[in-house]
Amino acid sequence: MDIPKDRFYTKTHEWALPEGDTVLVGITDYAQDALGDVVYVELPEVGRKVEKGEAVAVVESVKTASDIYAPVSGEVVEVNTALEKTPELINQDPYGEGWIFRIRPLDMGHLDDLLDAAGYQEVLESEG
Amino acid sequence: MKKTPLYQAHLRHGGRMVEFAGYALPLQYTSIVEEHLAVRRGAGLFDVSHMGEFLIQGPEALAFLQWATANDAAKLKVGRAQYSMLPNARGGVVDDIYLYRLAEEEYLMVVNAANIAKDFAHLKELSRGFAVELTDLSEETALLALQGPKAASLLQGLTDADLSQRKKNDVFSARVAGRPARLARTGYTGEDGFELFLAPEDAEAVFEALLGAGATPAGLGARDTLRLEAGFPLYGHELTDDTNPLCTPWAWVVKKEKDFHGKEAMLATPCAEKLIGLVLEAGIPREGYRVYSGDRPVGRVTSGGYSPLLEKGIALAYVEKGAQEPFFVEVRGRKAGASLSPLPFVPLK
Repeated sequence: MDIPKDRFYTKTHEWALPEGDTVLVGITDYAQDALGDVVYVELPEVGRKVEKGEAVAVVESVKTASDIYAPVSGEVVEVNTALEKTPELINQDPYGEGWIFRIRPLDMGHLDDLLDAAGYQEVLESEG
Repeated sequence: MKKTPLYQAHLRHGGRMVEFAGYALPLQYTSIVEEHLAVRRGAGLFDVSHMGEFLIQGPEALAFLQWATANDAAKLKVGRAQYSMLPNARGGVVDDIYLYRLAEEEYLMVVNAANIAKDFAHLKELSRGFAVELTDLSEETALLALQGPKAASLLQGLTDADLSQRKKNDVFSARVAGRPARLARTGYTGEDGFELFLAPEDAEAVFEALLGAGATPAGLGARDTLRLEAGFPLYGHELTDDTNPLCTPWAWVVKKEKDFHGKEAMLATPCAEKLIGLVLEAGIPREGYRVYSGDRPVGRVTSGGYSPLLEKGIALAYVEKGAQEPFFVEVRGRKAGASLSPLPFVPLK
């Protein structure tokens, strides 16, 4: 499984990529593979204030629905509207075109509480 | 967990194994949507060896089956098959089944994997007083389903039978990839196709030969989305021990002009609910989600999922008999508009 080193991760399989004073959020290659064909994404409203760990979006695959949690507290400032028509972008390019929402964190420093690529790798290994 | 004779073959082809009715079976090999579309447009190959097979033989085999099943078994000529149901004493459904007439006094019944023990005990009990012998062949039978518009042409290259002479619901013996097989032009996907009954030791060779000829291996995930899109019931969801089949779109199976076990109770039970098909404006409905008529809760989803052909969420749902549009399905706290759909959800041949 691909785990880019340029970003942070959560134990719940989200990634968080800092860009200026915002953070782009999506799900990992492992998560999209486990879900299978993504067929619908429920996006949050822009402007919504979210707490770290709060369910912000829902990714539905043929098999199941999966909550996507905010990796940090802040405000949703942008959502990936391309997913409304082409939710399969999450399968095809989970770390790029398949991003889900953008948060402006209360504090960029909170990213340091997340896992780095090596830490996330360990999470995956422990899940077997 | 039990393994089918194709367990190793599933692993070799990248099957993601899950537990289903006590068996390890592939949920998918590559993608449920791809496998679904392969069946709608080409030919997909399923391992359905987990399903149960009972042999029913004897001079009173027909009389017994007329009593035990809801459809008219007397209509079956040798070499023909029909969809049917096993009613219980309350007029509910023990199982939905496929019945094949193999010879004058010999029938094969295919039943759902989860119901094998229940069905066999039920049939055994009902068979008292009939000159009939029941044999459970489930453990000695491998079953493949080759389904899709290209199934016949693909299979023709591997068999000595002339498939152009075989109609829907025909059952016959032939060799496939050199192995003896019983073939039936049946299936549960809404497509043309064949089911192949095989000895366990022949299953892998035939499976590989069909894949080699171009069939796409397809798993349980696609099997479920295909049957849902085709508007077919799944036992335990749309049909249960407490379901009156006369209140469903499959009431045609029940032949009221003949006598059968549970008939009086079935006819005496009024329909409080009806089963409908719904297509959602947004979101994917799942089993158990609540259905509304306007603001009023009127029922629940029994099977829900994604239709790869419509590219929308679809559901089978039981609602109050008089419930009218506009319908909504509650998807995680939000009400999604749902339009009434005829079954099947998509036009099928």
